[in-house]
Amino acid sequence: MTKIKTAKNTVKKSIMKHKEPIMKAIFFTAACTSILAVALICMFLFVNGIPAIAKIGVSDFLLGTSWKPNNTPPFFGILPMILGSICVTAGAVLVGMPVGVLTAVFMASYCPQKIYRILKPAMNLLAGIPSIVYGFFGLMVIVPFIRDVFGGTGNSMLAASILLGMMILPTVTGVCESAIRAVPRAYYEGALALGASHERSIFSVVLPAAKSGVMAAIVLGTGRAIGETMAVIMVAGNQARMPAGLLKGVRTLTANIIIEMGYAAELHREALIATGVVLFAFILAINLLLSLVKRRAA
Amino acid sequence: MECTNKKLSGKELRGLVSHEMKLTPGQKPKRSPEQQPKRIFRHEPGRISSQELKQSSKDNLKWPLARKLKSFKRSPSSMVLFLMVMSSALIVIGILLFLVGYILIKGLPNIRTELFQREYTTKNVSLMPALANTILMTLISLLIAAPVGVFSAIYLVEYAKKDNRLVGVIRITAETLSGIPSIVYGLFGLLFFVTALGWGMSILAGGFTLAIMILPLIMRTSEEALRAVPDSYREGSYGLGAGKLRTVFRIVLPSAVPGILAGIILAVGRIVGESAALIYTAGTVAEIPKGSDFLFDSARTLSVHMYALASEGLYVDESYATAVILLLVVISINRLSGYLAKKLAKA
Repeated sequence: MTKIKTAKNTVKKSIMKHKEPIMKAIFFTAACTSILAVALICMFLFVNGIPAIAKIGVSDFLLGTSWKPNNTPPFFGILPMILGSICVTAGAVLVGMPVGVLTAVFMASYCPQKIYRILKPAMNLLAGIPSIVYGFFGLMVIVPFIRDVFGGTGNSMLAASILLGMMILPTVTGVCESAIRAVPRAYYEGALALGASHERSIFSVVLPAAKSGVMAAIVLGTGRAIGETMAVIMVAGNQARMPAGLLKGVRTLTANIIIEMGYAAELHREALIATGVVLFAFILAINLLLSLVKRRAA
Repeated sequence: MECTNKKLSGKELRGLVSHEMKLTPGQKPKRSPEQQPKRIFRHEPGRISSQELKQSSKDNLKWPLARKLKSFKRSPSSMVLFLMVMSSALIVIGILLFLVGYILIKGLPNIRTELFQREYTTKNVSLMPALANTILMTLISLLIAAPVGVFSAIYLVEYAKKDNRLVGVIRITAETLSGIPSIVYGLFGLLFFVTALGWGMSILAGGFTLAIMILPLIMRTSEEALRAVPDSYREGSYGLGAGKLRTVFRIVLPSAVPGILAGIILAVGRIVGESAALIYTAGTVAEIPKGSDFLFDSARTLSVHMYALASEGLYVDESYATAVILLLVVISINRLSGYLAKKLAKA
């Protein structure tokens, strides 16, 4: 008994003795988890997706204009979805960017403290609303509105763009605002001292100085928009064909995955994973762009 | 802003930069209580100080718009910009009010007691199982992600040396993770946890997927919170003879708790709102998992539940009601996180 006890004690003592290096190792391992996660994500996506791309053929896959997985022989061309994603994202940026940047200007240099104290949490709330709620809102409000005003079914690229524009607003505004606030006050004061009005000082001195921050905000918003799934599938119509116009339905890369993954098998399933790989490549490119912009800002 | 030029450090300059200037004790001006422009400057970043403003600050507080309009006579282009800024701010406020108001008005009347029955049937469309699953899912993801996130933040802030290459890699990967859209996480979860590890569509697979998703968020907020702890705390602790580990756990972590909690609550918000990453990892079964291996049962969270209702199109009223519940959860989470962040800022 005593032997066991002493043995236990020595183990305990040695653990206590080496507590610092052990815990340091634990902290270190935890820190490496994110590296492991990225490596695993890359590995599993690429290993499962690349063979399908090879089987279908790179150009047939990326540039094929028809997606008919149930035909014999099946067609796995995702160009319609790539273009759909790009169009919807571009629309979202066109809708969200001007409003977002101008709102950031308002928050950074117009807003009285009283309003700011309400507006800032409100923007955070806008960022926190689940995308499914946005999607439902779009389905119930934006889609019928477009149907009534412009005709058609309402499920359209326009609806998706407007909805995504709303969704990226808080991101664009938040990043932009901190970029504007980071501009030294002396710039603004100098412009005022030269006789410029408040607006001119902001728009021709402060905003250009915050250019890379504004760029970063737009790139970040683009990333959000291109990766958005649930809100888009509820309003975009999701027809797998080449984008035909603002009022016609489109399908994005994200929608393609989530709609068909449930029943896909074999090559179809692999083609969907390959769609994910293409989306992932887009995101990585956007991330790269973002870090370049940020580096220029720093 | 340090003031070194003696010629300029008179009353004019004090008025100009009084909110930033640090006066040496000898120079300290005597100010009567009503002559305190400080507040005005700090609270209204838009209106910059000038001699004129200082004299008529009271008038301007009363009629800021009138002064504004008068100034537009000189520069009409400014008015256009001013109107653009104001209208976009109004648009954003309008969107927010409309969105929240619309959901609440349409949804609140549809909240009925049937929605909170224990079992889900196609008749009562109860959201109770989904709500319980959401809580379970949140607990599992946090149990995995919170320690890992906080520990890695501790490593980055307390242990890693500045020129450590690995730190750069960790930062890049964390940034990459935060940029990956949820559908890609869902795809990865399906390939790795569900298929490769053979867990099937289960709460555990969903929890792990979400844990990876919220990891960068927790890491970043914890890192910021730890960095905000003044070095003097650490030095004081070392000075009293405490080791590194003791300093971290007894001194640094407790003072950073509000910030870390704020980050974790934000993460809870993301978990509650997530649907794309869960549909193919946790599945869509509308039941509370039971039994000893409940972790390997499929279960839908509230967001997935709402997606199922809304996409079927049969349960519009119930979708509104679910949206209200989701919205209320998110709003309360937001308020809590904001409150904690404020608490940290005060401390």
